[in-house]
Amino acid sequence: MATILEHPAALPQLSNDEIGRYSRHLLLPEVGLEGQQKLKAAKVLCVGTGGLGSPLVLYLAAAGVGTLGLVDFDTVDSSNLQRQIIHSTADVGRPKIDSAAEKLKALNPYLNVVKHETMLTSANALEIIRDYDIVADGTDNFPTRYLVNDACVLTGKPNAYGSIFRFEGQASVFATKEGPCYRCLYPEPPPPGLVPSCAEGGVLGILPGLVGVIQATEVIKFILGKGEPLIGRLLLVDSLNMHFRELKLRKNPDCPVCGKNPTVTKLIDYDQFCGIVPQAAPAQIQNGISQISPIELKRRLDAGEDLFVLDVREPHEYQIANLGAKLIPLGDLPARVNELNSSREIVVHCKSGGRSQKAAEFLAQSGFKKLHNLAGGINAWSTEVDPKVAKY
Amino acid sequence: MKIHIPTPLRVYTDKQDTVGVEASTVGQALDALTAKHPDLKKHLYSEEGKLRAFVNVYLNDEDIRYLPEKEATKVNGNDALSIIPSIAGGC
Repeated sequence: MATILEHPAALPQLSNDEIGRYSRHLLLPEVGLEGQQKLKAAKVLCVGTGGLGSPLVLYLAAAGVGTLGLVDFDTVDSSNLQRQIIHSTADVGRPKIDSAAEKLKALNPYLNVVKHETMLTSANALEIIRDYDIVADGTDNFPTRYLVNDACVLTGKPNAYGSIFRFEGQASVFATKEGPCYRCLYPEPPPPGLVPSCAEGGVLGILPGLVGVIQATEVIKFILGKGEPLIGRLLLVDSLNMHFRELKLRKNPDCPVCGKNPTVTKLIDYDQFCGIVPQAAPAQIQNGISQISPIELKRRLDAGEDLFVLDVREPHEYQIANLGAKLIPLGDLPARVNELNSSREIVVHCKSGGRSQKAAEFLAQSGFKKLHNLAGGINAWSTEVDPKVAKY
Repeated sequence: MKIHIPTPLRVYTDKQDTVGVEASTVGQALDALTAKHPDLKKHLYSEEGKLRAFVNVYLNDEDIRYLPEKEATKVNGNDALSIIPSIAGGC
């Protein structure tokens, strides 16, 4: 093993009750009494108590990790319950961190839960991470992933990484001394909007379960100092075809964070790094496209105005809820643009306004002059105009 | 040889998860891929013609950035290229 956790000179004792609880661990030669004591002495920071975080923290608590730090500032929404299994229906509307802490203490009262009910930022990340032995990254956006990575490299804490998209997942362990970091694999983030979030692209509910438990496994192995870690290895999970593949990851000697001559020696502005520009207020015009609110669209349609509404979602989304608009999925638009009449005033919509903005920009480049993007999409229509339209 | 296309990019390859191409080097295989599916090009390459840094190309299980000949590495029909993009979902 390239990386070994330094254990305190005196490992904490286990009571008879704990010995009974962890019996199945103690029976494993690779764990034994000493291994279980190491788990009890360990401090793990879990960033995110959502899809990946849910199974991750549950299994770490079950395993007898002594201290779990939880970082989350979100509240439980019913759409989370398809996969964020630590939360329940009764928790909808509550802070995720409270919901998670409660379930973890119920599962294992010996656990010390430390709540960090905050967004992890460049201002607080180093201070928070310093108190822990290892970090498990269960976040859902690129800026935070780069932040967690850099903070882990700078503080010398390994990062048990997992990420998911639709049916596919990735897992590895970054930021060990000899191993690569996240930036060795991906020096640059994708442009904002290229890779949809789970809210936009969907995710198979079980997937964060698979990947989150792989992360928990790597955390436990690190604490025990047993087995072969996913250092220098990228595990790819394809749940649809049930294929697991492994790719080699190399430490980049020129990596700006963990290389021989690092240029990133403190935390940066990660939103800027990822090309995310802060939006002060909803703009009337974005990238040259007029934005129309659902209420304004309803008003104009009710007034009998001649507006053509174009839906650029996928057929299976149309089946869930629709405004009766013409459907041309975004990917098909270039091939089907001549089905549209460029002399008409067109309002483009999708689920939440992202894809329709792209579609409208494409149409503008193709010579269409009278275009609007429905800000917030059909979801905003449901909230502001007609709650009978299902939100998904 | 086969090129495995990741989910976020399948929208540009008519939803195919694998594309077959004829090529004798990694570079030629990628050129053949973008010739077949031109919309893919701007997602894989910058305007200066370099592979984008958030997309990794693997020849079998090795990152081509670390192969001695990089894109000039020879390939045969049994080899497979994989395009591995960064994904961030976790919620």
